[in-house]
Amino acid sequence: MSKYKAVIGLEMHCELKSNSKVFSSAKNSYDEVANVNVRPVDMAFPGTLPVVNKECIQKALKMSMVLNCKQPKYMYFDRKNYYYPDLPKGFQITQMHDPVGIDGHITIECNGYDKEVLIHDIHLEEDAASLDHYFDVSLIDYNRAGVPLLELVTEPCLNSAEEAVAFLETMRRIYQYCDVSEADTKKGQIRCDVNVSILAPDDKELGTKVEIKNINSFGNVYDAIVYEIKRQSELKNAGRYDEVMQETRRFDEESGTTIFMRSKVDAIDYKYFVEPNIPKYKIDENWLEEIRKTIPVLPRERKIKYINELGLSEYDATIIVKEKDYADYFEECINLGMDAKTAANWLTVQIIAYLSKHDIELKDFYLKPIYLKQIIDELGKGTISSKQAKEIFFKALEEEKEPKNFISKDNAQISDQKVIEDIINKILLDNSKQVAEYKNGKTNLFDYFVGQVMKETRGKANPVVTKEILKDKLDN
Amino acid sequence: MTELSIEKLHEMLKKGEVTSEELINEALRKSHEIQKTCNAFVTIMDDIKPGEVTDDLLSGIPYGIKDNYSTKDILSTGSSNTLKDYVPFFDATAVANLKKHGAVAVNKTALDEFGMGGTGTTAHTGIIRNPWDLKRMCAGSSSGSAAAVAAGVYPYALGSDTGDSIRKPAAFCGIVGYKPTYGMISRYGLFPFASSLDHCGVLTRNVKDAAIVVDAMKGIDKYDQTSWDSSNIHLYDSINGNVKGKKLFYIKEIVDVSNYPDASNELKKHLEIFNQTIEKLRNIGVSVEEISFDKELLNAIPSVYVCLSCAEATSNMSNLTGIIFGPRGHGDGVMDMIKDHRTKGFSPLIKRRFVIGSYILQKENQERYFVNAGRVRRLIVDKMKELFKEYDALILPVSTGVAPYIDGSKDELNSDNTAILEEHLQIGNFGGFPSITIPNGFIDNLPVGINITGNCYDDVNVLNLAFALESQMNYKNMIAGGHYE
Repeated sequence: MSKYKAVIGLEMHCELKSNSKVFSSAKNSYDEVANVNVRPVDMAFPGTLPVVNKECIQKALKMSMVLNCKQPKYMYFDRKNYYYPDLPKGFQITQMHDPVGIDGHITIECNGYDKEVLIHDIHLEEDAASLDHYFDVSLIDYNRAGVPLLELVTEPCLNSAEEAVAFLETMRRIYQYCDVSEADTKKGQIRCDVNVSILAPDDKELGTKVEIKNINSFGNVYDAIVYEIKRQSELKNAGRYDEVMQETRRFDEESGTTIFMRSKVDAIDYKYFVEPNIPKYKIDENWLEEIRKTIPVLPRERKIKYINELGLSEYDATIIVKEKDYADYFEECINLGMDAKTAANWLTVQIIAYLSKHDIELKDFYLKPIYLKQIIDELGKGTISSKQAKEIFFKALEEEKEPKNFISKDNAQISDQKVIEDIINKILLDNSKQVAEYKNGKTNLFDYFVGQVMKETRGKANPVVTKEILKDKLDN
Repeated sequence: MTELSIEKLHEMLKKGEVTSEELINEALRKSHEIQKTCNAFVTIMDDIKPGEVTDDLLSGIPYGIKDNYSTKDILSTGSSNTLKDYVPFFDATAVANLKKHGAVAVNKTALDEFGMGGTGTTAHTGIIRNPWDLKRMCAGSSSGSAAAVAAGVYPYALGSDTGDSIRKPAAFCGIVGYKPTYGMISRYGLFPFASSLDHCGVLTRNVKDAAIVVDAMKGIDKYDQTSWDSSNIHLYDSINGNVKGKKLFYIKEIVDVSNYPDASNELKKHLEIFNQTIEKLRNIGVSVEEISFDKELLNAIPSVYVCLSCAEATSNMSNLTGIIFGPRGHGDGVMDMIKDHRTKGFSPLIKRRFVIGSYILQKENQERYFVNAGRVRRLIVDKMKELFKEYDALILPVSTGVAPYIDGSKDELNSDNTAILEEHLQIGNFGGFPSITIPNGFIDNLPVGINITGNCYDDVNVLNLAFALESQMNYKNMIAGGHYE
């Protein structure tokens, strides 16, 4: 690594989940077919007007609270004016003067240490249309035009690519936990801009800030930062730090490098002014309180609880809080009275493996905690073996039938000492010749007796109990 | 027939003395005649079907729509080359509301391009002429609507008003022009000029007709967040002419002839007529008082208006790129195509306004021009609201006199010191106040107007005062060319 300290700020754009778009009644949903979720306002037909979607404001305020930001007294929006073919109105409705949140902070975990990340602001805005460029034409898909976007801006307070990605991962998870966004990078729902500068230990002032725009995966964020630190460090080492310009670059995935886009001198004047078609309105304190109540327990707090109160290992707890669905499933198991470690074990080993193998999500998984309980209970009672438990688990999933259907009396393991002892007594009587041979030292006949018990019980005798009793009878 | 009032036409339709078809045919015939003389229309809907006559006052009666209203399946140009072939697939809410009332639109009227002018000379279809004198302008921007209503094509036409675009043409054409409180009529589907100042409204030949039409146009709209619920306001039913004890004020700095040392005879006469009208009001028990208004604020009105309207317009019209609608421009790459579309599409006047608006919004200029203009707007509106606590309405003469000539030097009055008389109607847009212009007599056989402006949501009061005053004068239901003096 470099001898310089990296100073990194992030802008994270995340598409919100909502029924309709942020200023339009068109459906907000990802669609393979172009231009199906479009209302006249999304294409800026003359005379159309924006109408604010309250659901989006509510979700934005929720995130503002999660990030410990200050909420504004009044809600209103601003226009950001510029021409681009993906921007039908010629301006984007956003928040510049009074965003839904300012001056926040959140603690994240990175490689085992805690780090407080300072939030400059978080604001609600609309997405642009998406463009597809071909050899001699470009196609515009307006499905995305007007989709709600939350833009989160950190202070330049991160110091490594690891911290930046840890922050993004944390935020992605929080968005999902709060049911504010699917936060799926594969669907392009998260895009990032990254600001990077470097600082020598004795530097008094911040270095020259370079912006890398529109990075669409966390892996690329990592690579872009690492590359950019290296590039700036090398220039500084070579005494050519003045070649680091305040500029906007883009990340080139193929080469893994950043490439010059435009200089800050050419920065666009967006001519921000208040959107006149959306009346400014006062945010009701009671409403804020209602929103606050909808904030779920976040992954960090859950993890601490799982380790400290429920005795899970750090490893298991980490896996379980990775997705809200996992954590919710786990907590439902606990509420049903299952043993925490057993439930955690089933979840982290069997269930997650099954989900991944079948490429399904936990919410579509047939064995709800109440069904899993049927298996775990029987296992606890010893009526079924762990091998049988696994068989029942898969059988229940395969046939989508409650596990109890496969724990019938016939199939049940025989663990009753008395029953097994009776069977063993009878077998020993019927095989007096072998008993004598065993007692004369032919101890490998032990498995023969076990086999006889299994034959008699059609494999249902509890093998542990069987072996215990046999050993007791033969050796004494 | 089409020169009659809505009330009268409705009565005749109900009695079977005339049919909707006859009225529409007459309106279409007159449209073609007026088109030859005044050039008032962008589109005349020759194949329009007559409407069913119901108990609704507007049913079966023809009317005109300013061409900056979006009309489904009917060309809607905003009188601009940038939209010269644009046929919308949805109706403006106000138009849809009128449709529900059975109103029958017969033409689309020409305007100053996108409403951004006050002369009626900048429409892409050419100059619009005043039916009282074809050498004169109608003022603008609702020029075609004003000309057509004044010519008796139909009893009413829709207008829009950002500075005075309904109320000044009404004065120059001897008719009534009314813009209700901001948000009473949805702006959805009205091509925007300056959103915070834009109002929908109507031009008619009498006050009651204006009330009838706005009753039908208004209403809260889920597509316009600035619209509000006025379902408890019934304008037409509330007009009773009972204005005794009402208190009006006028502004000394605007109407005192001594403010205009170079006043022409026309201006003197105009102010004299205003004073006579005030006496008429006093005679029916209305008190009219003179108040003094900070001259500096008054003088700032035109520049505040220019700053705010140009800034908003620059942004509002950024959707006109020729990419989604409008003629596609040519060039290498999309930016050049947009540039070509806009260079060819807009008239020089609009381009000038865009340059001003863009300059005002620039980061380094915003505070000095845009933000300060907003502050002055607030000061003016606050002062007005303060006055409305004591008074029911403001009454002032419209403009400096009669409609100016289209050609040549506009008139010698157009000096800076009469600017306030020309521009004071913009106060009504700054505050979103209900405001109505009615005819106030003649100078040299050309009409002049008077305006009444009240507080927000106080439309009934404003209409009642206008109705009472109208009843004291002989200028109701005038048709251009008639003899009224």
